[in-house]
Amino acid sequence: MIVYNITVIGDMMIFFEALTEALALIFSGDAEIYGIMLLSLRVSGTATFLAACCGIPLGMFLGIRVYIGRRIVNNLVNTFMGLPPVVIGLFVFLALSRSGPMGFLSLLYTPTAMIIAQWILATPIITGITMAAVRSVQNKYRDTALSLGATESQLWFTILKEARISILAGICVAFGQAISEVGAIMIVGGNIRFSTRAMTTAIVLQTRMGIFGLAIALGIILITLAFLVNLIFTTLQEGVEVIR
Amino acid sequence: MTLLKVNNLSKKYAEKYAIKDISFEIEQGEFFTLIGPSGAGKTTLLRLIDLLEPPTSGQIEYNGWSLQTLPKKKIVHARREMGFVFQNPVVFSSTVKANVAYGLNFRKLSTDEIDERVQSALDMVGLRGFEERKALTLSGGEIQRVALARTLATEPNLLLLDEATADLDPTNVALIEKVLKKFNKEKEVTIVMATHNFFQAKRLGDSVGFLMEGEMIEIGTTDQIFNNPSDKRTEAFISGEMIY
Repeated sequence: MIVYNITVIGDMMIFFEALTEALALIFSGDAEIYGIMLLSLRVSGTATFLAACCGIPLGMFLGIRVYIGRRIVNNLVNTFMGLPPVVIGLFVFLALSRSGPMGFLSLLYTPTAMIIAQWILATPIITGITMAAVRSVQNKYRDTALSLGATESQLWFTILKEARISILAGICVAFGQAISEVGAIMIVGGNIRFSTRAMTTAIVLQTRMGIFGLAIALGIILITLAFLVNLIFTTLQEGVEVIR
Repeated sequence: MTLLKVNNLSKKYAEKYAIKDISFEIEQGEFFTLIGPSGAGKTTLLRLIDLLEPPTSGQIEYNGWSLQTLPKKKIVHARREMGFVFQNPVVFSSTVKANVAYGLNFRKLSTDEIDERVQSALDMVGLRGFEERKALTLSGGEIQRVALARTLATEPNLLLLDEATADLDPTNVALIEKVLKKFNKEKEVTIVMATHNFFQAKRLGDSVGFLMEGEMIEIGTTDQIFNNPSDKRTEAFISGEMIY
């Protein structure tokens, strides 16, 4: 019993020491921490932006158009929405490795490779959510818009406008998935210090090395960032609601 | 002058005819009411006229144009000559004013003209002062009036109404009927109104068509249909013997 209590107290001491160190690191403006944070934001932000650029039009097309094999496409998109990041990482690695089909680009272990992996992760999420959103909106508004004289492009714009809150939520989910994943960027980025070390890969490394201060600091920043991004999206959604 | 000519029109859903071999003509400026029990095919007929669905067979001629052979651009043009108020109308997620302006924006009218038409339409349906209200917060009857104002604002040549006063209280029914009569008599707008309320058909229509199980049983002047029907089924319906 006494030994157990001493162990627990010892663990608590380690945790509080690490926490104190983490807070000190955050408030000292440590260049490495902020470099890692900015890289994570740049990679996940760019990947989500590119995924939105592809996923929204693709989701709209798949959701609005009636075509043969619609059910199969639905299932495919839903399957891709749940793709494990490590599998994405594996395939991007194979494609970008020197002997792979895109090896000549020399992108492996660069932030660009990380963006590609996260773009592949985020695109099906935005596509799937957009597809479902426009489909339900279309059923509700198609006839009204057409009977009011909408052309095909005006109909698409009207549907997009009515589905905007769900699409915004899809972008938010995709960004959350991208910034919190570790498997794909670990494989294609290589977790190279001052180059491809992102918050999640850094946390894994520091934890394995027993350097909990830096790991906790990055964990706090990651949670804060996720909170802030969600806050921004929620505010945007509420703004849309107010406009409604 | 004949505005609308329907020739041997049929519409089949999964082997069952919703509309079966219907033919009739409507003159410019005529107020035509479609009566019949629920499920008779009144809504389907209106949807076919507004080109929201293609017929299984038969032809619709509007203003000399054969609607089934029109190119895509001309279809929008033809639809813009018509207005459709649905039985269960939906409003867009914006203000009442923006809702009423929807069809006008599709037509790319000037801001001044849009403002003028919106005000006039809202006045007509008794919704002045509702401009900045969020349309989604309105009651069923108010939504019905917004939908009517939205369609009237586009100044259609042919107005299709599907049980457009079903959700309204008697005061508002009287108001809307007055507006419709005014539009019909002063602006020579042709109106096709589906209703299962034959008292309303009697009050408003120049001519009446009795539809049952997808077939046009009888067409004639309002006086003829209500005072001297030639078909026993019409007689049973207007005498209230037919349960619907």
